[in-house]
Amino acid sequence: MSRGFEIEFIRRAIHKVYELTARMLPVEVQWLSSDVVKAERLTKRFGELVAVDHVTFTVSKGEVFGFLGPNGAGKTTTIRMLIGILRPDGGRAEVLGLDVEKNGLEVRNRIGVVPEASNVYPDLTVWQNLMFMAELYMVPKQVRKERATNLLEKLGLERFRDVRAGRLSKGLRQRLLLCTALIHEPELLFLDEPTSGLDVQSAHEIRRMLKEMNREHGVTIFLTTHNLREAEEMCDRIGIINRGKLVTISTPTELKEKFAGLRCVEVVFEKDVSPEELSKALGCEVEKRERTLRLYVDDVNECVCKVVDYSKRSNTRITSLNVVQPSLEEAFLRVIGS
Amino acid sequence: MRIRGYVARIWAVAKKDMRIYYLKGPVVIFGMLIPAFLYLAYAVGRNITPQQAIPGIMSMTVFFTSTSVGPVIMPWEARSRTLERLLSSPVNMSMILLGDAAASATFAVALTTAVSLVGLSLKVCTFRLAILAFNLVASALCYSFLGLAMSAYPSDVPATVMMLSSLVKFPMVFISGIFIPIEVMPTPLKMLSLLSPLTYTTELFRASVGLNVQVAPRFAALILAAYTAAVTYVTMRLHKATLSRRFQ
Repeated sequence: MSRGFEIEFIRRAIHKVYELTARMLPVEVQWLSSDVVKAERLTKRFGELVAVDHVTFTVSKGEVFGFLGPNGAGKTTTIRMLIGILRPDGGRAEVLGLDVEKNGLEVRNRIGVVPEASNVYPDLTVWQNLMFMAELYMVPKQVRKERATNLLEKLGLERFRDVRAGRLSKGLRQRLLLCTALIHEPELLFLDEPTSGLDVQSAHEIRRMLKEMNREHGVTIFLTTHNLREAEEMCDRIGIINRGKLVTISTPTELKEKFAGLRCVEVVFEKDVSPEELSKALGCEVEKRERTLRLYVDDVNECVCKVVDYSKRSNTRITSLNVVQPSLEEAFLRVIGS
Repeated sequence: MRIRGYVARIWAVAKKDMRIYYLKGPVVIFGMLIPAFLYLAYAVGRNITPQQAIPGIMSMTVFFTSTSVGPVIMPWEARSRTLERLLSSPVNMSMILLGDAAASATFAVALTTAVSLVGLSLKVCTFRLAILAFNLVASALCYSFLGLAMSAYPSDVPATVMMLSSLVKFPMVFISGIFIPIEVMPTPLKMLSLLSPLTYTTELFRASVGLNVQVAPRFAALILAAYTAAVTYVTMRLHKATLSRRFQ
């Protein structure tokens, strides 16, 4: 028996024992110890197109998980399968310990969703929209009004209470959508590009609210976004999907270290130095952006020493020298490119 | 999930539909104005007694009103992007369709009851209430689901679905004994009329005001109930089958 096989066998055995024990525990205790989202070889085809291709991942309780990918990568289809509104063609999904296909209603009753291409009812007022959702989620009548009032206040919508939702700006409508997803106090939130197309202030406000919910109430958040700074700021872990395939899952820091690859040093000399000359002298890739020369290197310290040496040798003073941290955007582009 | 939960959610969807769709343009035009003018165009100048007119008007009203709300809801919700939000909440397609049908049927029952009250207040006819009540509810549900079946075609343009439903609705009106009594129809048309559920609705309305009928009321009621069950089942299957195409 090969060593790899042995390890896999032991890993599976431990997992099985853990799963069986977890099921014997009371429901409240189960959630202390298990993943809240489990996707196992999830697959969805639309005719010839494989929209989601054997995607496997887990999301732990209390985590903010970012799901990134270019347009048409399969993010929204994955969410639709996870919340049970699209049936997968292969694999299975488990949310809050429940099989999504068998317990779709129960799952949706315990999660909050802000779908990507969604809207509140434009013909209903802000209050009517909230009350409608409260009825669907069977929020007890005694607490319905109090909870709705608190949410409106928290998200700055209280003065729009009797305004028809169709008259609200996009930012306010998005806040209302978030209110409708929170009216039943869900344990898990699925947010499909929640800040897309919003002004800076509204986006910031929504991010602040989400972070607060995650920190103070332990709500697990599954988030898709095209805004990489948002992902970096909010997410504990990030999964990148491309052409239906999950390419990688890591923390933002690991992702940057792993995929952004080369570090970058920016230097400005007093005199004009050609990138070719510098590249030859230092033995690295150099790019010129106006007066700044960008040096792509593996070892930043060594590069800085070399730059200083070069400056002395060529009698050219250094005006500025910066080490640029690798960005998530760079890492993302490299992952997608590969 | 308990039955109470199901019913509460279906009713919540129905209430939402009542608030939003009852006064939408296509509903008013196709549900009230077209049947009223169509019947007036037929009846004015002809020698039709009020007792003969009332069952026809009631058939038209129940048929057009109940088929006017259903086709609007799905494309409207798809276009205003509220359908996915609704499906992301703890309801499934069957519950949404039952809620939509309840809203549509309530609209039809209310308007048709108003017509029958006009008949009663003018003392032009008396009703056999059991037949009237059964016919009203069964017909309203049957045609509400029929209207919803049309909207299974995954379009987000209400006009496309309304056009599709008109293609089915108008021929049904002309073969179902509303304008031309079944007894005077040529045999092939008579055979065709027996395939239309609207024929049984008209026959039951005629029976409820004491007019002569071609189909025995019990038999007509049985056929109408069977049609309602079949249309409900087919509508749910159609919507479930086309759901993933809405999200492609």
